[in-house]
Amino acid sequence: MKRISYFLLLTGLLSSCAQKEQKLPILGSREPVEKTVDGKTVVDTVYQTIPSFKFINQDSVTVTEKDFDNVVYVADFFFTSCTSICPVMHRNMLKVYHAYKNNPGVKILSHSIDSKYDTPSVMKKYAKKLGVTGNQWQFVNGPHDEIYNIAAKNYLVSVEEDGNDPQNYIHQGWFVLIDKQKRLRGAYDGTNPQQVNQLIKDIQVLLNEYKH
Amino acid sequence: MKRIITLSLLLLVCITIIFNACQSQAELDYARYYVNGKGLYEAHCQNCHGEDGKGLGQLYPPLTDSLFLKRNRTKLGCIIKNGLSGKIEINGQEFDGQMPAETQMTNMEIAQLVTYITNSFGNKNGLYDVNAAAADIKNCDK
Ligand code: HEC
Repeated sequence: MKRISYFLLLTGLLSSCAQKEQKLPILGSREPVEKTVDGKTVVDTVYQTIPSFKFINQDSVTVTEKDFDNVVYVADFFFTSCTSICPVMHRNMLKVYHAYKNNPGVKILSHSIDSKYDTPSVMKKYAKKLGVTGNQWQFVNGPHDEIYNIAAKNYLVSVEEDGNDPQNYIHQGWFVLIDKQKRLRGAYDGTNPQQVNQLIKDIQVLLNEYKH
Repeated sequence: MKRIITLSLLLLVCITIIFNACQSQAELDYARYYVNGKGLYEAHCQNCHGEDGKGLGQLYPPLTDSLFLKRNRTKLGCIIKNGLSGKIEINGQEFDGQMPAETQMTNMEIAQLVTYITNSFGNKNGLYDVNAAAADIKNCDK
């Protein structure tokens, strides 16, 4: 179901990109809220945002939502010993990394869904072998439930443990684009090179929004 | 006289057809192994080793080291069937990862895969058929 709704959103996204004045849609749930401005009641829309979080990164440093204030970032979910879609996802994420390398306004946040095995030192080794240095691309690990909750509720990516799967996890390879207000602005299939190329373009579109 | 010419021409045409058929049988075999191998590669190997065989950083080695593939031609089937771990050197770079085993693969599938990888990514080692695979797989533990 989530997959379908993402597909619809994606279609909307792609068609909106064809327009001249480019602006990415805002995804996720929204609520109308009544506010009083200058004594008048106006209706404002409140969009779904990423809540506060606290994880540990590949350098054993605590990472919170504050580290992503004032940047746009791409989030995904993986684990280092994953032999199925993760190599493809991170081959593609490397393209995003290289496209915006040294741009302080863009970050990447990869959450491990294997909190037992993926200790900071394991993630550090993984990052190094992938060719990632510095902290523009963070690999984080945290309590099982917190990672799974933020994936499903906030980034709208489904991850589950599955005893039937030889790899023990089923998860989706979405790359989710988050803006400076921590709203969801795009979801791209991280295993699909065309969609990842679209993401690389859309990051620039999003950055342009903040130029005025 | 005219008849003799016609007959010998006909004979020539026949020989050419037969000869071509023989030649293309070998080519056909190769093509069949290669195409099936490509399909298997896409399904089982490409996620790690990449569409272009370039691997991924130091996580997954490339399949472009022609010397390694040539030297280890008889061991490739075992690498596929039993997986691989421990330090190896590919294109002058060290790798120390873990490749999962594909224990369920048949000798035919292994032959097709080896034919594909040893004739792609800059390698050109010709057909590796099912008999070769069967013989090499027998010697895996040795
Ligand atoms: C989960 C990722 C993964 C998959 C899938 C995978 N490999 Fe590998 N492969 C590796 C790793 C890691 C190594 C290096 C192992 C080491 O360091 O000892 C390797 C090594 C190799 C090597 C020897 C080194 C080289 O680069 O020439 C060959 C040949 C090879 N793999 C072929 C294949 C084939 C064919 C398949 C598909 C049946 C396959 N691999 C599937 C990860 C993978």
